[in-house]
Amino acid sequence: MSVKILSKSEAFYDTYERRPGSNKDQTHYCPGCGHGILHKLIAEALVDFGVTKNSIVVGPVGCSVFTHYYFNAGNFQSAHGRAPAVATGVKRSLPESIVLSYQGDGDLAAIGGNEILHAANRGEAITVFFVNNAIYGMTGGQMAPTTLIGQKTTTTPYGRTLENEGYPIGMSEIISQLASPVYVERVMLADTRSINAARKAVRKGIENQVEKKGFSFIEVLSTCPTGWKMTAPQAEEWIKTTMLESFPLGVYKDIADQVEPLILHKDTVPSRRVPKFLGLNQEGEGFDISQMKIAEDVDQEIKIAGFGGQGVLSLGVWLSEIGMREDLKVSWIPSYGPEMRGGTANCHVKLSRTDIGSPLVTHSNILIAMNRPSLEKFEADVVEGGVIIWDNSLIDIEPTRKDIRNMPIPATQIAKDLGTTRISNVVILGVLAGITDFLDPDVVQRVLPIIFKKKQLLSINLKAFQKGLELGRELAN
Amino acid sequence: MAKQFVKGNEAIVKGAILAGCRAYYGYPITPASEIAHAAAQYMPLVGGTFLQAESEIAAINMVYGAAGTGLRAMTASSSPGFSLKQEGMSYLAGAELPCVVVNIMRGGPGLGNIAPEQSDYNMTVKGGGHGNYKNIVLAPNSAQEMCDLTILAFDLADKYRNPAVLLADGFIGQMMEPVDFPEPVTEFAEKTWAVRGVDQDRRNLISSIELDPDDLERHNQKLQRKYEIISNNETRYEEYQLEDAEYVVVGYGIVSRMIHTAVDQLREEGVKVGMLRPVTLMPYPTIRLKELAEMDQIKAFSVIELSNGQMVDDVRLAVNGKKPVEFFGRMGGNVPSIKELVHEIKRMMRVV
Ligand SMILES: Cc1ncc(C[n+]2csc(CCOP(=O)(O)OP(=O)(O)O)c2C)c(N)n1
Ligand code: SF4
Ligand SMILES: [Mg+2]
Repeated sequence: MSVKILSKSEAFYDTYERRPGSNKDQTHYCPGCGHGILHKLIAEALVDFGVTKNSIVVGPVGCSVFTHYYFNAGNFQSAHGRAPAVATGVKRSLPESIVLSYQGDGDLAAIGGNEILHAANRGEAITVFFVNNAIYGMTGGQMAPTTLIGQKTTTTPYGRTLENEGYPIGMSEIISQLASPVYVERVMLADTRSINAARKAVRKGIENQVEKKGFSFIEVLSTCPTGWKMTAPQAEEWIKTTMLESFPLGVYKDIADQVEPLILHKDTVPSRRVPKFLGLNQEGEGFDISQMKIAEDVDQEIKIAGFGGQGVLSLGVWLSEIGMREDLKVSWIPSYGPEMRGGTANCHVKLSRTDIGSPLVTHSNILIAMNRPSLEKFEADVVEGGVIIWDNSLIDIEPTRKDIRNMPIPATQIAKDLGTTRISNVVILGVLAGITDFLDPDVVQRVLPIIFKKKQLLSINLKAFQKGLELGRELAN
Repeated sequence: MAKQFVKGNEAIVKGAILAGCRAYYGYPITPASEIAHAAAQYMPLVGGTFLQAESEIAAINMVYGAAGTGLRAMTASSSPGFSLKQEGMSYLAGAELPCVVVNIMRGGPGLGNIAPEQSDYNMTVKGGGHGNYKNIVLAPNSAQEMCDLTILAFDLADKYRNPAVLLADGFIGQMMEPVDFPEPVTEFAEKTWAVRGVDQDRRNLISSIELDPDDLERHNQKLQRKYEIISNNETRYEEYQLEDAEYVVVGYGIVSRMIHTAVDQLREEGVKVGMLRPVTLMPYPTIRLKELAEMDQIKAFSVIELSNGQMVDDVRLAVNGKKPVEFFGRMGGNVPSIKELVHEIKRMMRVV
C-alpha cells in the first residue's frame, strides 16, 4: 500500500506543488491509510471514463482536507460537513461537469448529517465518496458517529457504550432508504480482493454521473492505523474481523439501470431579454398627467383598517397604484409586527407631490375604518379636520370625535346589493374619488382594468366604483 | 425602463436578476420570505437556479459552490437565519468569493419576533463569523434602493471578490413603493479565478485553508488592504439639510426615513438640524463624520437606531470625543414616532 503510486495517474498532479514543504512527491497521509488508496481508485476511474478534464472535486475537513494537493481537477475546499451543499451549488451551476464530494465519517455523518441527507434526498447528480474509518483521524482520534461499541478513542477512553453514545450509524442503510439515490454501496479497503471490489464501486459511481443517472453514494470502510493505534496489517485485519460486523458490505441500492438520464441542462435567457420575463414592459401605459384633474398640492396620510378579508390591504395598494400613475410620490406599508395584534389588518398609505419621508402614518388625515375595533383603535390618531370614513353597515357605534368630517358609508351593504360583500373596498375607493381632490375618476377607471384582469370581475367592480363615486359626490356637496 | 409598484423584497429579486444573478439558494423566514417567493417565480423563467435548501447553513454553502464557478449567486434570510449563515460567510470571505446575502432584520435575540429591528448591525458590519474579515454592507431605505443597491452589491462583490450584504429591516422589505427598474446589466468582467472544471482554470483553487502562519498572515494582510481600498473608493452616504446644520442626526435604513420627516418638522420650528445617512455601513462614512465633528458650526450628534446602540459606536469612534454623541433606540420591533424623534433631537440640544 505504497502512497507513491498516486502520481502515476494523469488525474493526479505530477508533483504536489500545493503541498507545503519540500516533499512534493508523496501524499500527507500516514503509511497504511485508506484515503490514499481511495484517491487512487477515483483517479483511475476518472481517467478511464475520460472525464479528468471536466471533473471537480469538493473536499471536506478531515484528513482528506487536502484533496486539492493531489487531484488534477477543479478543486473546492469546503467547510466541515458542508461538501454536499457546496457540490450542489457547483453541479447546479455546471451541470455538464463531473462533481465528486469526498467526506470522512465525522464530516458526513456527524456535523454534515443534514447536508448529506438532503443532497441525497434531492437526488443531486453527484458522486459521494464516504470514508468510514470509525474515528476522527485528523483531530486526534476522537469518537466518530461510526465508532464501534466498545471501541476506545480519545473521547471514549473506556470504550463507546450504548448508554452514552448509542449504536454506530449506518449511513448506507439510511441513504438507501431514500427514494432519490440511484446507487448505494458499502465496500472496504482491507486486501487486494476487497480493493478490487471497491474499484468497481468507484467506477460505477462515476459512470452513473457520466450517464446523468443521479445521486451515487459509495461508503468505504477504510484503515486509520494512526487513530486506531495499530500497524497497517493489523488495521486491515481489524476491518475484516471487527468493523464488518457493524457495517456489512454490499450493494444497498442500485436502480441506475431503471432510471432515465436526468435533464440537467438549462437554457439561459440572454440579459437583454430578461426584463420581459420579469414583467417589466418597456412601454408605459400612456397616462398623460397634463390631462389629469388632481390637486396642485397633495399630501395625504391615509390609514385603512378592518378585518382580514375585507380587502383593506388591497385598497391601499390600489390607491398607491393610482397615485403612481398620477405621478405622485406614494408609499404603502402593511400592518406588520406588533401592530398585527388584535386581529385587525391595516395599512398606511402616503401620497404626496414631494418626497415621502417616513412611510408610517402616525396621524392620518383620512381614516377608513371597516370594522368597530379599527374605529376604536385609530380614531384618536386622526388629525383635526381629518376625515373618518366608516362602514355603518357593520359598525354599531359612532365616532366620538367632533372635530373631524364624519362620513358613514354603508359600503358592505352597497356591495352586497351589487352581488358580493367582497367589493366593499371598491365602493370606498369610489367615495374617496368623490370627496377628495387627489383621485382623478378617469385615471381610477383606467387603472381598474389593470388590476382586475378578468372581464367578469371588472364590470362589477366598475359598478361598485360608480356607486361609491356618486355617494361621495353627494356627500362632498 | 418600466416603473412598477412593488414590495421591497420583490425589488431585490428583480434587481438581482437584472444584475445577472442566476442562482438563488434560500430557506424561508419572515419577514424575508417574499424574496424566496419571487426568486422561485422568476429564476426558472430566466434559466437560473432556485433551490429551497434544507437550512441557511446549506444555502450559504450552495452559494459558495455556485459563486466558486463564477456565477452571480445570492441568498436571503432574516436575523436567526443570518446567524446560521455566519460560518459560511467566513469561508466565502476567506476564499474571496463574491456573493450577495440579504438580511431583512427582525427582532431578537433568540426567536424574538418578526417586527423590524436593526440589532444585527454588529454581526453584519463587524463580520459575524470567525476571522479577520469584513462584509461589504449596503443599507437601503426604499424599495427603489432595494433594487439599485442589490445591483450595486453584485458589482462590488465581483469587483472586490468579497461577500456583500444588503442589510434592511422588516419595514423596507414589506413596504411597497414605485420602482424604476434599470436596464439589465449585459457586460461582466471575466472571473479569471473561478473554478469551472476546465483546462484554463486548472491552477485556480477555491479554498480558505492556509496552514503556514506566514502565508495566512499574508493572506489576512491582503484582505485588510482590500478593505482599506473599499473604504477609500466605495463609501456612500446621503446628507439632508446639513449645509447650515448645528445638530446632526445619524440613522440608516428605515430610521433615516423617519429622521427625514422629523428634520422637516424641526426645520419648520426653526431648529437647525440635519441628517447624515450612511448608505454603506462597511465602508462607513467615518471621514465625513470626522469632518463634521471638526466643524465649529456643528454642536452635537444624535444617533437613532432600532437597537440597543450598535452603530453609535462607529459614530463615537469617528467623532472621537470632539462633540457630544447622544443615542436613542427602540427595541423589540417598536419604532419611534416622529414625535419621539423630535423630542429626542431636542434632548440632544439641551445636552449642549
Ligand atoms: C466547525 C468545525 N468543527 C470542528 C472542526 C474540527 N475537525 C476537523 S476534522 C474533524 C473530524 C474529521 O473526522 P472525519 O470526518 O472522520 O475525517 P478523517 O480525518 O477521519 O478522515 C473535526 C472535528 C472543524 N474543522 N470545524
Ligand atoms: S490519521 Fe488516520 S485517516 Fe488520517 S491520515 Fe493518518 S491514518 Fe489516515
Ligand atoms: Mg473519520
